[in-house]
Amino acid sequence: MSVFRHVSEALALVLALAVPAGAQPPEAPRRVVSMNLCTDQLALMLAAPGQLVSVSYLAHDGVVAPLQEAARALPANHGLAEEVYLLQPDLVLAGRYSTVATVAMLQRLGVPVIRFEPENSLDDIEASLAQMGAALGRDAEARAAIARFRQDRALLATHAAQVRAGAEGPRAVLYSARGWTGGSQTLSGDILRAAGLRNLADELGLAWGGMVALESLLIADPDRLILGQPGHSPEGWSEARALLHHPALRHSRAYGAGVAANDRDWVCGTPYVLGAIARLIDGTAP
Amino acid sequence: MNRLLTPALVILVILLMLASILIGPAAVPVGDSLAALIRGDGGPLTLVMRELRLPRAVLAATIGAGLGLSGAVMQGYLRNPLAEPGLLGVSGAAALGAVLALQTGLAAAMALALPLSGLAGAFTAVLVLALLAGPSGGALTLILAGIGVSALSGAGLALVLNLSPDPFAAQEIVFWLMGSLADRSWSHVALALPFIVVGCALLLTQAKALSALTLGEDAAASMGVNLGRLRVVVLLGTAAVVGASTAVAGSIGFIGLMVPHILRRATQGNPARLLPVSALGGAALLLAADIAVRLILPGRDLKLGVLLAILGAPFFLMLILRTRFAQNA
Repeated sequence: MSVFRHVSEALALVLALAVPAGAQPPEAPRRVVSMNLCTDQLALMLAAPGQLVSVSYLAHDGVVAPLQEAARALPANHGLAEEVYLLQPDLVLAGRYSTVATVAMLQRLGVPVIRFEPENSLDDIEASLAQMGAALGRDAEARAAIARFRQDRALLATHAAQVRAGAEGPRAVLYSARGWTGGSQTLSGDILRAAGLRNLADELGLAWGGMVALESLLIADPDRLILGQPGHSPEGWSEARALLHHPALRHSRAYGAGVAANDRDWVCGTPYVLGAIARLIDGTAP
Repeated sequence: MNRLLTPALVILVILLMLASILIGPAAVPVGDSLAALIRGDGGPLTLVMRELRLPRAVLAATIGAGLGLSGAVMQGYLRNPLAEPGLLGVSGAAALGAVLALQTGLAAAMALALPLSGLAGAFTAVLVLALLAGPSGGALTLILAGIGVSALSGAGLALVLNLSPDPFAAQEIVFWLMGSLADRSWSHVALALPFIVVGCALLLTQAKALSALTLGEDAAASMGVNLGRLRVVVLLGTAAVVGASTAVAGSIGFIGLMVPHILRRATQGNPARLLPVSALGGAALLLAADIAVRLILPGRDLKLGVLLAILGAPFFLMLILRTRFAQNA
């Protein structure tokens, strides 16, 4: 049985844990609105049935596959103060840097808002799960999810060590729209590390990530490319994304070695990043 | 000096092309770069030289030549030194056409749709300008018509890009309005080059007719110039050059304004001589500008339009002043 399947099943279990309507503490919020794709997913994992009343408009297409049905069953909001207020929430979940004006307005209107920091490492995911559990009054579910996450992480670490067999991992680079690359201080950087890959961004001195000119990327000659996802919608056009289809990139050695996709399970700090790590380990096995 | 002008410009263009392929974010010794370009060991440097820097330099030279030439032709045809595709909204309309083809998926379904819709946009704009402020219209009418076309195409561009489901599209308004040659590939060259070459060839056939036109429409007609054909060829040629250029590199302004102006005295204002040297001068100017944006802010993709407007806008203001003096005199 592949580690990937094992992790998927484990994640399904986490999801199943969220379904039974546990006895909620009396102070738990009853109408929760999430305005951020990442808080959407954490809330979908942990909330009691009926507790979450709206998710962000990105969630209908942007959440990881196991949560998609649950996300589409809920009405979407566009992070506008007016529409969120009319949903009469007793708790709003938001990201630290998104919809700042809306959050300020909602707070003026007396709506409680809890903001979540973006996760920059696998450890941060545990903190976010705990924070979400506390916010929703679902501490027991959060603790179970954290325990499962730790267990799966340990399992993946063993698997990665086996696959690499003491050898140095390939030099990989994340490359997304506009030439953005993720450094080792970011969640994507931690995903690379957990998969036993060396991050080219470190060589380039980009600890937090940054823009890398296509030319500089090609000269650095990485072993593996992890190309950014095409955005939340495959339609439309941008020069930013067209860069990922540049013939020079396609003719590079790393492209020939097989390209991993930086898919939607990379975007947010949820336990589902373990699926991305598992795929990455198997995809870059020597 | 005048006889040396053309060879001097040719040498300048060759030197600038060489400089263009030797300058980039990855600082590599000149010898290694040229060896990788010519011999081609299949390594990363060959890839950079052949698939990034060479198409960029080729595009800069051809687009610059096309824009310099179409500027000279528009000035000759409209008998107005202020005429220029970028300023008058022709490039903006071409950008709108290109963006429509990209956002509707038409360009993905059929590659030629991209330059063709750029051409259609440019053609519409030139047609509107020619109808509103043809050869008999004054400078003021032409500039006002240009402001109208620019405003409308800019608004259309912003609307289409904001409606795009692609989250990055709206941030690229600046690319379409300011132009850039960063990360262009041979596929861009293949799409734009044929249209630019055909457009330039069409425009060059009208050099004699434009010379005759300097004496006025009636005089030109009596000298055997077919004014109807001149108009059609100028419209089509300009649209092909500006449409295809803009579709792959965004709107690049002021080249068509500055180059003919600089070279006019050396050619005694004779369109028959001004046209070919304007093409060479345009190629040199765009190559130089594209080298400058890479040297000023390496790796940050400073848009060409920023630099060209800093150089070109004072030119434009000076020309307005001169036109005013000429009217008062």
